Amino acid sequence: MMSLFEISLQHYLIIAAVLFCLGLYIVLTRKNAVAILMGVELILNSANINLVAFSHYLTNNISGHVFAIFVIVLAAAEAAVALAIIINIYQNFKTVDVDKTDELKG
Amino acid sequence: MNISEIIYHLIFYVFAMLVIGSALVVAFSRNILYSAFALLLTLFGVAGLYVFLQADFLAAAQVLIYVGGILVLILFGVMLTHQISNVNLSNPAVKPWLAGPLVLIILAGLIWIIVKTDWSGPKIWLDLIGSELKILPGPTTQQIGQAIMGKYLLPFEVVSVLLLAALLGAAYLARSRGKSNQ
Repeated sequence: MMSLFEISLQHYLIIAAVLFCLGLYIVLTRKNAVAILMGVELILNSANINLVAFSHYLTNNISGHVFAIFVIVLAAAEAAVALAIIINIYQNFKTVDVDKTDELKG
Repeated sequence: MNISEIIYHLIFYVFAMLVIGSALVVAFSRNILYSAFALLLTLFGVAGLYVFLQADFLAAAQVLIYVGGILVLILFGVMLTHQISNVNLSNPAVKPWLAGPLVLIILAGLIWIIVKTDWSGPKIWLDLIGSELKILPGPTTQQIGQAIMGKYLLPFEVVSVLLLAALLGAAYLARSRGKSNQ
């Protein structure tokens, strides 16, 4: 069982689970495309915490760190492309509300 | 338990509360700019957790890439997609009564699994990983570099090509249109 005064794997996993659920809540409820992007970043961060925590507590293997770096790189690429798309959407629709951008040809 | 352990635990819980509290602000703030700045604190807190997990290189990379890069991009996105005159950068939640319980159920399920699982039990699958790339004491930067240039060379090259493609794609998408825009 987990105790409060011995920081174990479960502490990190629970933090990551809370972070994941908050990110999921943002992605589900927000209409602003930039806000949805923030939710995705939270989800990616929670996955990263899991990877590093497992690497530290269970496998003692550097692979978890390497995977986390790949996730960070993909998050950076995703943020750049997503923001370019969002700015284009804003130029075409004058809004970034994902409910109102429902045409392919703006 | 001596004083240094108490301080260690205290700092851990401060970082945990920082991560979760600022993530709550990101999720529930009505103003998207507040959300963006709370995301800054969340990412810093995650970097702190990496330090607790003895991932020094990842903590530095987290601060450099997330806080220095991605967050600035997101702030640019927030600023560029609102009218200057529109002071109220509102960011309302849609159907929170539907998403809230759903997310709470998922969270309860996850925490139930995390608490119930016997993490210290036998780990047969550890044999699949093998004994190479064990974390040695000391800084992890050199070990990560050797892993990337050794066992993970192919994923590294694929990611570098993907970064190039994303760079070109973002530059192509965000370019000014010139005449075709009119």
